[in-house]
Amino acid sequence: MSDQVFRPANEGLAQSAGGEFRAGSLIVVRCGPRALRTVWIMAQVTFLEAARRKILWLAGIAGVAFLGLFWTALHSMLRSMAPNITPVARLEGVRMMTMMVLYAGSMMTSLMAALISCDTLSGEIASGTIHAIATKPVHRWCLVLGKWIGFIAILALYVLLIEGGTIAIGWIEGRHATPHAGAALGLIGLQAVVLLGVTMLCSTRLSALTSGACSLGLYGIAFLGGWIEQFGALRHVKACVDLGILASLVMPSDALWRRVAMKVQPPIMGAAGIGPFSSSIVPDNAMVIYAVIYSLAAIVIAQIIFGRRDL
Amino acid sequence: MAAFTIDAEGLRKDYGTRTAVRDLTLQVGRGEAFGFLGPNGAGKSTSIKMLLGLVKPTNGRALLLGQPLGSRDVRARIGFLPEHFRFYDWLSAPELLMLHGRLCGLPDHDLRRRVPRLLDRVGLASNNSKPIRSYSKGMMQRVGLAQAMVNEPEILFLDEPTSGLDPGGRKLVREIVREQRDRGATVFLNSHLLGEVEQSCDRVAFIRNGQVIGEYAMGAWQKQQTTAEIDATGIRSAAVALLELMDGVHVESHTGRKLRLRVPNEASLPEAVRVLVENGAGIYSVIPQRVSLEDLFLEMMGSDPGL
Repeated sequence: MSDQVFRPANEGLAQSAGGEFRAGSLIVVRCGPRALRTVWIMAQVTFLEAARRKILWLAGIAGVAFLGLFWTALHSMLRSMAPNITPVARLEGVRMMTMMVLYAGSMMTSLMAALISCDTLSGEIASGTIHAIATKPVHRWCLVLGKWIGFIAILALYVLLIEGGTIAIGWIEGRHATPHAGAALGLIGLQAVVLLGVTMLCSTRLSALTSGACSLGLYGIAFLGGWIEQFGALRHVKACVDLGILASLVMPSDALWRRVAMKVQPPIMGAAGIGPFSSSIVPDNAMVIYAVIYSLAAIVIAQIIFGRRDL
Repeated sequence: MAAFTIDAEGLRKDYGTRTAVRDLTLQVGRGEAFGFLGPNGAGKSTSIKMLLGLVKPTNGRALLLGQPLGSRDVRARIGFLPEHFRFYDWLSAPELLMLHGRLCGLPDHDLRRRVPRLLDRVGLASNNSKPIRSYSKGMMQRVGLAQAMVNEPEILFLDEPTSGLDPGGRKLVREIVREQRDRGATVFLNSHLLGEVEQSCDRVAFIRNGQVIGEYAMGAWQKQQTTAEIDATGIRSAAVALLELMDGVHVESHTGRKLRLRVPNEASLPEAVRVLVENGAGIYSVIPQRVSLEDLFLEMMGSDPGL
């Protein structure tokens, strides 16, 4: 055995990373400048990975194709309208089509949230990529939080492109100013963040495919629950309404869409009753707050599980 | 400063009813190159993961650099090359090292100096902007080696570092182990290439069925009982009888000019040769039959073939 003295290269490394906060007796959260730096590094890496793996570019090209299709369809519809159509009827047509495309865009955004994130933790655990990362002097929760923020940045760009583009085309081509456009974009973004949180939570314990299937399964339950709730409201079946509310609590994605629909839908669609673009039962602000808490809780639980599990 | 850089006692890891590691007890000193050997499925990787804080032990206690396993201060002072090193292969080698260095808390200006030096040390061009996925397996292993050293660790864990490397790469690993040891770092080496371990390490431990079953200073087993083959003319039966009377000496075989002796240690050989010469034998050669690490490994593992 050698009695040599080690020559340190980075004496600063042994310094404390910052303050310590205790929340209850079970969870200890430490953060400081280095924790924030780790979060920032992982957010950058996540975003850069999406760019380098061409996810961003392909999603962008698909988004442009999506918008191109909408623009062409809207243009064709407006040209086919009778010359004597009233401005109100013309505008109603534009609003209806914009609404349909916004709905399709929200589904694409939710799918995107689940697909880009299902592999992030489980894939790195399975491949062993995480081993060289998690043995660095970082908090594991910072790795999860950084990835989450990186994905949110990607999804924000996607929502802006797809849904922002839809709203912009509606204005440029049909002179239709979508009401509450900012709120609608925010709610659709929140819908994606809810899916993102659930997928990442699943990804801490399940395989990539199972995580994706799990979150999309919940999305399907929410979708069905929304229909059941509206059907129950129309037919005055309390059990159906309660089931729909329960489904919204399990996965609030559809409730968020119905909130978007309420804000941007043409009055004629609201009067029409049930349908994916209508909302005869409008979730209130409490559901939006619930969705925010839900997505935050999902990512916090993901951080706790990832922090404690064997890698 | 802690007496041992790695000090583990009775570490155990159970996965449900299956026990991956039964009893990991070992101490490794500063500046020591330590080989960790065992067949597949013996619990080597789980043991390393426990020491690194990736896996929580079910029982036992251990300190790394005098601190509890998994503490961030410890992780700032260790380096790790995992077996089958996987990484963000869409990054270039310099970008990957910058990332790992930044995660170690090193400032960018320091890394900009350090990364080209490290890449150069492992034989990779520092201006290579190609993504790592275009690299050969050996080049990837070299990148992995460089990332493990990015923070100039006090303990360097190398899990199968020579897998995928050509002879030049294996020589590089040996040199790096020596350099790290010379600057006072501990090297914890897990490898199936026993020849590499034999050339690189100061000490080895054997693990079987999740339990450390023996530790040896490198070559210590050579000093224990060994055999020698003697080529000589005129070996008389009286000389053979005298050899048998020597303490601890046993004549295993005698055929014509060939005499095979088992002796308690190599130091007994000159005396045995003197007895033969005094009884009229003409010695042409004395070849001690050295026990290689591989021989010792096979003897230690017995009938356990691994998974």
